[in-house]
Amino acid sequence: MRVVIAEDSVLLRAGLTKLLADGGFEVVDAVPDAEQLLRAVGEHHPDLALIDVRMPPTHTDEGIRAALVIRHQYPKVAVLVLSQYVEERYATDLLSTQTNGVGYLLKDRVAHVSDFLDALRRVAAGGTALDPEVVAQLLVRHRDDPLDRLTPRELEVLRLMAEGRSNNGIVDALNVSHSAVEKYISNILAKLDLPPAHTDHRRVLAVLKFLRT
Amino acid sequence: MTSAETASLRPLTTALAALWSARGWRATAHALLGLPIGVVTFALTCGLPVGVGYSAGWSLLYAPSDDWVQTTVLVVLTVVVPLPVLLIVPRLTALQRRRFRALLGVEIPRSRRLFRGLRAAGMWRQIAYHVLALFIGAIGAASVAAFWLALPLGFVGWSTNDWPTSVAVALAVVLPAVLVAAPWVARGVARVDTAVARALLGPSRNEALSVRVESLSRSRADIVAATDAERRRIERDLHDGAQQRLVSLALNLGMARANLTDVPEPARQAIEAAHDEATQALTELREFVRGLHPAVLDDRGLDAALSGIAARAPLPVRLNVTVTSRCSPVVEAIAYFVVSEALTNIARHAGAHRAEVTVERTAGRLRVVITDDGRGGATLDSHGTGLRGLAQRAASVDGTFALHSPPGGPTAITVELPCES
Repeated sequence: MRVVIAEDSVLLRAGLTKLLADGGFEVVDAVPDAEQLLRAVGEHHPDLALIDVRMPPTHTDEGIRAALVIRHQYPKVAVLVLSQYVEERYATDLLSTQTNGVGYLLKDRVAHVSDFLDALRRVAAGGTALDPEVVAQLLVRHRDDPLDRLTPRELEVLRLMAEGRSNNGIVDALNVSHSAVEKYISNILAKLDLPPAHTDHRRVLAVLKFLRT
Repeated sequence: MTSAETASLRPLTTALAALWSARGWRATAHALLGLPIGVVTFALTCGLPVGVGYSAGWSLLYAPSDDWVQTTVLVVLTVVVPLPVLLIVPRLTALQRRRFRALLGVEIPRSRRLFRGLRAAGMWRQIAYHVLALFIGAIGAASVAAFWLALPLGFVGWSTNDWPTSVAVALAVVLPAVLVAAPWVARGVARVDTAVARALLGPSRNEALSVRVESLSRSRADIVAATDAERRRIERDLHDGAQQRLVSLALNLGMARANLTDVPEPARQAIEAAHDEATQALTELREFVRGLHPAVLDDRGLDAALSGIAARAPLPVRLNVTVTSRCSPVVEAIAYFVVSEALTNIARHAGAHRAEVTVERTAGRLRVVITDDGRGGATLDSHGTGLRGLAQRAASVDGTFALHSPPGGPTAITVELPCES
C-alpha cells in the first residue's frame, strides 16, 4: 500500500516513515508542507495521504485544506489527518464531501502502534477512522433531543460506530456479546430514525449525517 | 577653619551664592517681564472688550440716539468687540506658557479643550489668569525690584543726603540683608505665579482625570493584549517543541513495545511502563495546552473552539452558541477562558449532573451564561474556585461578571463582554 506523508517536524516525519515501513506500507514520499504534499500526490497517486494539520506557512489548518483539495481532485486517494488537537469543525469539513476513505485522529494515537496501523488500513480500504474525542465533540454539538433518548450504553455504542468500528470491534471494546451489540445498534438506529444499513461504512455515514444536522 | 565652623558658615555662603545663581536672575527676569505682559493680557482680555463693549452698551441704554447709524454701530460694538477675545486668549496663553518655559524651565500642562468657545470652563479660567496676570505682575515686579534696588538706592541716598549716623548704621545692616533676600523673593514670586498659572492655564481636575483614565485604559488594554499574545506564543512553542518530541518519544517506545517481544521480562516491563508514562504525559500536556489558547479559536472562532472543552468536561454539557459575527480576538480568548474555567470549576466543586453553556451576541456585546444543576452556594471568595479570577478577566476588558448561586443550586454565571476591545 503506497503512502505519502506530510509532516513539518523532521523528527516525526522520520518516525512515521519508519513506523509505516515496519507496518508493511510503502512510503513513496515524505514532505514538510501542504504545497509539496499536493505535488507529491499528483505525481505518485498514492493509496493514502497521511497529513499533519498545522504546517507552514501559517501553522493553522493547512493540512485540512490540503486534505480537502485532495478529496476533491483525487477522490481515489484516502486521507488520514493527524493533529495535536482534534476539532469537530475540521472533522465536519473533512466529511462534508464524502465520508469514505477518511480519517481524523489525534497525534497521540500513533503511539499505539497496532491500533494506528489498523486505522490506516481501514481508511486506505475506504473506511473511516474518527478519533473518540472528535466523536465526543460532535455529540456535544448536537442540539436536538433524540440523543437524550439513548441510554448511556447506547450512546457508547454510537460513539464506537462513529469512530468507524465494526460490530466485532464494538464487541471487543465493550466486552459484550454479538447479539447484544446488534440489539443496541438496532435500538439506536430506531431511536434516531435512521434506516437500517448493511455495511460499516454506510452505517457511519448515516450516524455522521445525523450528528451534523 | 574647623569643620564645625565651616558648617556654621554654610547658610551664609549659600545665601551669598544665590545672588549670582542663574535661578535667582531668571526668576527676577520672569517677575519683571510679568508686568508688561500682564498689562497687555489684561488690556486685551478685560480692558478692550469690557471697556468698549460696556461703554457702547451704556450709550445704547442711557443715551438712545435717533440716528440709526449710530445705534447700529453701538449694537455692533457691544456684540462684536468681545468676540475676538476667544481668538486672542489661546495666543496669550501660549505667550505666558513660553515665558514660564523659557525663564523658569516650568512646563504648564496644556488644556486640551481650548477651542470649544465660551462654554468651555477652560476658556474662563484662562481669561481669569490673563486678568490676574496684571496684579501678579505688578506686585511681583515691584517687590522684586524693591529688594534688588534697596541697597544701591540707600547708598545713593546716604551719599547725597546728610543722614544721622544712627540711620546710616541701621541701613548699613538692614539693606545688605534685603539684597541677599532679593533672589529668594524673586523665586517666591515665581513659585506663586507658577501655582496660579498651573491652576488656571493647565487642565482642570476633570480634564486631568479624563486624560488619566484614557491613559490607564490604554495601558490596561496593552497589558491584556500582551497577556493574550503571550499565551498564544506559549501554545505555539509547546506545540512545535515539547509536544512533537513527546509524540516522537511515545511513537518510538510504542514501536519498541510492539517489536521487541523477545527481550527479557524486566526490560519488556520497563519499556511498557515508559510507553504508558509517555502517552500519559502527552495527554496531560495536550489538556494543558488546549486550555491556554486553542489554534482553532483564531481560525474558526469561539463557537468551534468551545466544542473541544465541552466534550472534554467529565459531565454532560449542552452548548448553545448563537454568534453571527466574530468579536475581537482578545474578547474571544477571554470568553473561551471563562467557559473553560467555569466548566473545570463545576466538575471540581459543584457536584453537578449536567451543565449548559449559552453564548450569544447581542448589540455589540457577547453574553456567556454557564449554568449547572449542582449544589450551589458558590461565592466569589469560595476557596480554590478561581471565580475571582474569572471576574478579573472579564473586568479587564470592561466586561461584567455575575454569580447567582443560592444554597442548593442551581448556579448560573453570567459574563458580558463588549465585543470590541
